[in-house]
Amino acid sequence: MRSARAADGRFAWATSDPVRALKPLVFLLCLAPALLLVHDVLYDPEALGANPAETIEHVTGDRSMQFLLGTLAITPLRRITGWGKLIRFRRMLGLFAFFYGVLHLAAYIAFDHYFDVPAILADIVKRPFVTVGFAALVLMTPLAVTSTAGWIRRLGAQNWSRLHKAVYAIAVLGVLHYWWLVKRDLTWPMIYGAILAVLLGWRVWNETLGRQRRRPARVRARAEPGPAE
Amino acid sequence: MSMRALTGLKPIPPSEITPREVFLDRRRFLAGATAAAAGLGTAAPALAEEMAMKLPAARNAAFSTTDAPTAKKIITGYNNFYEFGMGKSDPAASASKMSVRPWTIEIGGAVEKPRTIGIEEVMRLPLEERVYRFRCVEAWSMVAPWIGVEFNKLAALVGPTSKAKYVRFTSVVQPSVMSGVRAEVIDFPYVEGLRIDEAMHPLTILAVGLYGETLPNQNGAPVRVIVPWKYGFKSAKSIVRIDFVEDQPRSTWMKLQPSEYGFYSNVNPAVDHPRWSQARERRLPDFFASTPTLPFNGYADQVASLYAGMDLKKFF
Ligand code: HEM
Repeated sequence: MRSARAADGRFAWATSDPVRALKPLVFLLCLAPALLLVHDVLYDPEALGANPAETIEHVTGDRSMQFLLGTLAITPLRRITGWGKLIRFRRMLGLFAFFYGVLHLAAYIAFDHYFDVPAILADIVKRPFVTVGFAALVLMTPLAVTSTAGWIRRLGAQNWSRLHKAVYAIAVLGVLHYWWLVKRDLTWPMIYGAILAVLLGWRVWNETLGRQRRRPARVRARAEPGPAE
Repeated sequence: MSMRALTGLKPIPPSEITPREVFLDRRRFLAGATAAAAGLGTAAPALAEEMAMKLPAARNAAFSTTDAPTAKKIITGYNNFYEFGMGKSDPAASASKMSVRPWTIEIGGAVEKPRTIGIEEVMRLPLEERVYRFRCVEAWSMVAPWIGVEFNKLAALVGPTSKAKYVRFTSVVQPSVMSGVRAEVIDFPYVEGLRIDEAMHPLTILAVGLYGETLPNQNGAPVRVIVPWKYGFKSAKSIVRIDFVEDQPRSTWMKLQPSEYGFYSNVNPAVDHPRWSQARERRLPDFFASTPTLPFNGYADQVASLYAGMDLKKFF
């Protein structure tokens, strides 16, 4: 009975696919900060401090940035650890970055501007930190929409991955957004900036190294059939 | 509108705010009671550092708003006091280490009788309670029941001369207990200034108390200036020096970001700060910034005439 169910995939943990088993757990962990905010808003506003709206904006902004960096960390981590299955968590992390970004924007629209649309538009135009934050979220939207297997097929793998290169720009805009909004204390924007620099730097280094490794290989390949060998 | 309204929770009326006994542990409570019995100013310095003492003062209703005061927990838990770090809860966490006795203010410059005045003497001046709106440049606001004395009463003790066009306030620096000072997050000591007519205006007070007690350290103990129609950063905390001067003082924030912080910094919904729209404010602990900000923070009737003929967009 039990093994029959496992065979049709319902008892994922009984199968040999650890990613499948872990996914619901990771999903709940990613969702937990949002659930905690909802709980505090409804039942314990004092837990959110003297300025609860600010706390919500900070938590959602931070989580969005952190999930973005987490998404960008998947590829380097796969290469370094050799655990290729990590790739199967990437879409979830990216979608959570978008999810917290949307909550962040909603908090800004409702709490900061009290749904005053002209004031919000003026703010986006006038304040560079809002402009780049908004640009980051706008750019994230098509990536979130096209994150499904169906869209990869529809776009073709190459177009799809070209489109999703925008994530690099989004992360840079996110850091810039934070950098420009703080009044004095640059500690956290610098920490996020440093992590992003490492993640992007690793890619550049990996590319150039990869090319160096590939080049002699290609030379050898071409030389191999040569008569001189 | 507050989220409390949405969720059906009632805001805390001022009368239900936790009595001070709950805020103090037993030892500190007993020490405070002993010192209060011994009389103001004679408390042993080591004890005086930590304790809040009762400071009865009648409310001056003519100068007080009828808005409900913000809960004490919020006024004393959410502060910008960069000497103690840049987080809003840093001052509440570490300002208790600041030494506030003995305390003197050096008063000098263009005055007939320059002198050093002890905090005890300041506290013997005619104190009264003033419930003022307090508007931060960061677009949040509170309502605080300060206890203090009109600044002009202190000025009368030293006699400003005709050369006294401005007043410069200097805040205390105690590096050993001030992590923000040691990290040099901005240039210290903190310096602020007012035009002489602003300083002498009856709304401008030196505050020595809050909610019926001596000022908590994180709110600028033992004495700070309160100028209710200007953004909060104009109201310098923990003052050790007051100079009457001829030239306009360069305040700390003017030095840091002259394009963002002007000398006047009157609350003005029509002049935006580069970071924050000033049209609305969030009355803490509200969720929504739904309170419209008023010119001069609602004190226009009393102070607008000080700026007659001035372009307030230029003199921001
Ligand atoms: C949709 C447009 C966006 C708007 C209008 C916006 C606006 C804001 C505002 C008003 C703050 C709070 C400033 C303060 O009071 O301290 C903030 C903070 C922040 N935002 Fe955004 N933001 C946007 C998009 C984003 C995105 C896409 C990210 C992430 C990639 C992000 C990351 C952050 C971070 C990390 C903070 C600081 C949180 C903290 O101080 O702990 N924002 N944003």
